[in-house]
Amino acid sequence: MTLKGAFFAASALVSVSATALSAEVLTIATVNNGDMIRMQKLTDDFTAKTGHEVSWVTLEENVLRQRVTTDITTKGGAFDIMTIGMYETPIWAANGWLVPLDDLSEEYDADDILPAMRGGLSHDGTLYAAPFYGESSMIMYRTDLFEAAGLEMPEAPTWSFVADAARKITDRDNEIYGICLRGKAGWGENMAFLTATANSFGARWFDEDWTPQFDSDAWEETLTFYLDLMNDAGPPGASTNGFNENLSLFQQGKCGMWIDATVAASFVTNPDDSAVADKVGFALAPDTGKGKRGNWLWAWALGIPAGTQKEDAAKEFIEWATSKAYIELVAANEGWANVPPGARSSLYQNEAYLSAAPFAEMTLKSINSADPLNPTVDPVPYVGVQFVAIPEFAGFATDVGQEFSAALAGQQTAQQALAKAQALVADAMEAAGY
Amino acid sequence: MARAVKTQRKAINTALAWAVGLLIFFPILWTILTSFKTEAQAISDPPVFLFFDWTLENYAVVQERSNYMRFLWNSVIIAGGSTILGTIIAIPAAWSMAFVPSKRTKDILLWMLSTKMLPAVGVLYPIYLLFIKLGWLDSRVGLIIVLMLINLPIIVWMLYTYFREIPGEILEAARMDGASLREEILYVLTPMAVPGIASTILLNIILAWNEPFWTLNLTAAKAAPLTAFIASYSSPEGLFYAKLSAASVMAIAPILIMGWFSQKQLVRGLTFGAVK
Repeated sequence: MTLKGAFFAASALVSVSATALSAEVLTIATVNNGDMIRMQKLTDDFTAKTGHEVSWVTLEENVLRQRVTTDITTKGGAFDIMTIGMYETPIWAANGWLVPLDDLSEEYDADDILPAMRGGLSHDGTLYAAPFYGESSMIMYRTDLFEAAGLEMPEAPTWSFVADAARKITDRDNEIYGICLRGKAGWGENMAFLTATANSFGARWFDEDWTPQFDSDAWEETLTFYLDLMNDAGPPGASTNGFNENLSLFQQGKCGMWIDATVAASFVTNPDDSAVADKVGFALAPDTGKGKRGNWLWAWALGIPAGTQKEDAAKEFIEWATSKAYIELVAANEGWANVPPGARSSLYQNEAYLSAAPFAEMTLKSINSADPLNPTVDPVPYVGVQFVAIPEFAGFATDVGQEFSAALAGQQTAQQALAKAQALVADAMEAAGY
Repeated sequence: MARAVKTQRKAINTALAWAVGLLIFFPILWTILTSFKTEAQAISDPPVFLFFDWTLENYAVVQERSNYMRFLWNSVIIAGGSTILGTIIAIPAAWSMAFVPSKRTKDILLWMLSTKMLPAVGVLYPIYLLFIKLGWLDSRVGLIIVLMLINLPIIVWMLYTYFREIPGEILEAARMDGASLREEILYVLTPMAVPGIASTILLNIILAWNEPFWTLNLTAAKAAPLTAFIASYSSPEGLFYAKLSAASVMAIAPILIMGWFSQKQLVRGLTFGAVK
């Protein structure tokens, strides 16, 4: 071995052992969905680049939420990175439970993150969780049924057009229902949809003094419209339908329209699972001409719990998983249609992606039209489009969801459900000291 | 004539027992069938029962995505460990309650059972904080102890019921022959109560194997058992019922097989009591 060779061998040995010394094992809690599973498959790339290894804890969304909340509130330290949503991030950041992500590298290009996502994942202007993928909601509709009924879906329809079209398309004898909407009770189930819809009718959860607004005309109009529409043109048993139930109905060709998460677009256009894959069109969520559309905004994001011993390695992982390079890595391995959508502006300037994902443009428009800081027509004291980012919300919104679901099941009227909602939210807010 | 009536009644009883058995087993059967379907077949309406293209794809996907053996091993250690530890503590406890009862024995038994009425989530935070202090988070030792404590009232109650059926005179005779307390429990009481102890152990292994709350909330990557394995395949946004079913079948298969081979002991222990 020459002197030069020996020198290179020695320096290579030193660098390997240095990597091994600083190499960490990161424990990451995440949610079970296609994008996250793809990320797990590609973790070897991260390990090869940094030397850090990753242990995954994959859980169902609701179990994950309970699990990470218990851990962060008790400073348990079971996880180095947590997958959290837009609801948790501003609340946890305000409590000082998350590490601020204000020192990400220039190469990472944090300014490329879509403004709506950045706004929803920040507290006092500082980013606390990096969006892995983002979604809004939009209309998915059956182009063949619209054509047969002599209807043409505008790109930005009104609620009255959607309601008329739904009633026209409904053919109960052949099990075709004009519209499929969420009815299952839960703050992330029917209340996500109904809160976003209420925004487009000019309703809001609270006025600027945190007084509940379910006794307003706008809420009565929202709920009555929803119940009438579902009774006339919805599938039977809609009060127990959530995302999966409606996805199943739509894929079997039983829904004329479905308004739900933009992420559903890739499912309903997949010919392996969907009987109507080549007959699906997309449109923006409807409005009533008041300046707000009935679409929501959500992101699954990666955050670092304050107090973790592995903050530097965790930041390295977040930079890797939410970078432009990661998107290219997914595209190279799984194709452009499978890259995580809705997080970065540059993705929507990429021709390869735009041609592989026919729903891309509509997804971006939907995301851009949602504003978590000004979600509805009148000003509100809270952040969040389809939720109110306060810790008490998940509890009382689920109670309200049960009242609305009961109204859809025909157990009470819209007025009774709204009166109960007003009373129970007022009680909860008083107990919380507002 | 009498024999004909008897045969007829037996046939009706058998048919009825099969019907009830199938009804109870149907959800498991449906899960097994769904695990061999494609995702599209899993949600098809009307549902397909037997006539579909059977596929092993879901099992392949689950096998590729998760380290099944790690979850399985954790389940075996946690369920087995908690049951053994619980039984070791419960046998002397049940012995004293059955053969040397005090005025308060009934109250103690009821009090023990009453701890089962508290919703688990009510003590999640205290236990979680305790686990952080003890360094037991995501450890099998911690879970063995928690599951043992949760199932202890049931183990004590079951053993107490079996022991009560054993005549005290037999133990007295052993004592008169010079047996010590340890020998009395180990060599006289335990062999007589084997069917009862066996069914108690089996039932508790099943309870610990299927325990979903603590095993999910107190573990992360290292000690997670099969309950966490199943939870990683459930999703409210996406139809992955076939994969979820495959994961479920893989999680319940060991306990189903164990139950199948030990059904005689299980049924005998649960229906006939301790002494034959």
